[in-house]
Amino acid sequence: MHDAAKESKMIRDFENIIIKTVCRAIIPFIQLYGLYVIAHGHYSPGGGFQGGCILAASFILMVLAYDIKEMKKRMSEKINTILCSTGVIIYTGIGLLCVILGANFLDYGILEIILPADAEHSRSLGILGVEIGVGFTVMAVMVSIFLNIASAGEHEDGEQG
Amino acid sequence: MIVITIAVALIVAGTFFFVTATLGLLRFPDFYTRMHAAGKGDTLGALLSLAGLALYNLNNGFSVEAILISMKILIIALFIFIANPTATHAITKAGLVCSVKPWEKKESSK
Repeated sequence: MHDAAKESKMIRDFENIIIKTVCRAIIPFIQLYGLYVIAHGHYSPGGGFQGGCILAASFILMVLAYDIKEMKKRMSEKINTILCSTGVIIYTGIGLLCVILGANFLDYGILEIILPADAEHSRSLGILGVEIGVGFTVMAVMVSIFLNIASAGEHEDGEQG
Repeated sequence: MIVITIAVALIVAGTFFFVTATLGLLRFPDFYTRMHAAGKGDTLGALLSLAGLALYNLNNGFSVEAILISMKILIIALFIFIANPTATHAITKAGLVCSVKPWEKKESSK
């Protein structure tokens, strides 16, 4: 039994080189696909929530393959909080801009006054802007929830796994 | 016509590998052999099925849109080809780290 424990410790210490290499190769494409889903949300399946979840999944995959420290080099807690609030500000900002210009909340058609496009195109652009805001917020909140659950609220782990 | 024949042959072969993988997943005795069946069978089955679908999509002539959609399907196949064995490897390694015992034949151990 002691031998088995020692052996499993040895295996855990051994570099997970296959998993790390594949994750390093695949994560950029996952993020690219997340941006694709966000950008095409208004005329194909997808949107801010789905794309944001895909972006968050790429960061969660990074935590699983490496560790939390490695991921926080890419996205620290500060940047995470800033992204979360920025998304909400973009969403609310576009909504309130429509109110200021004299229409209902999130009634994008009125944006034709300030955009160089007609009502239909400004409606499409407004939806795209709102989707981008939703995507930022969903990504940041998903990563934050995962970090809090995975590290019991301490946002750091010592053991490489 | 010949395109459809090849596509159907590919999809049927892919389905055969899916069925084999599921049979192995249900009938093999322990964790490692089940992961072995799932990893290999599912990867090849998905690859063949998606190749068949990409070919079937080109049935109505080689327009730019059809080739674009076929390329997307092939990119999905490439992604599965890379990600599925890695996921199988990761799960199997997690089992090894948690010291899951491999199956042994009952007669030889006595």
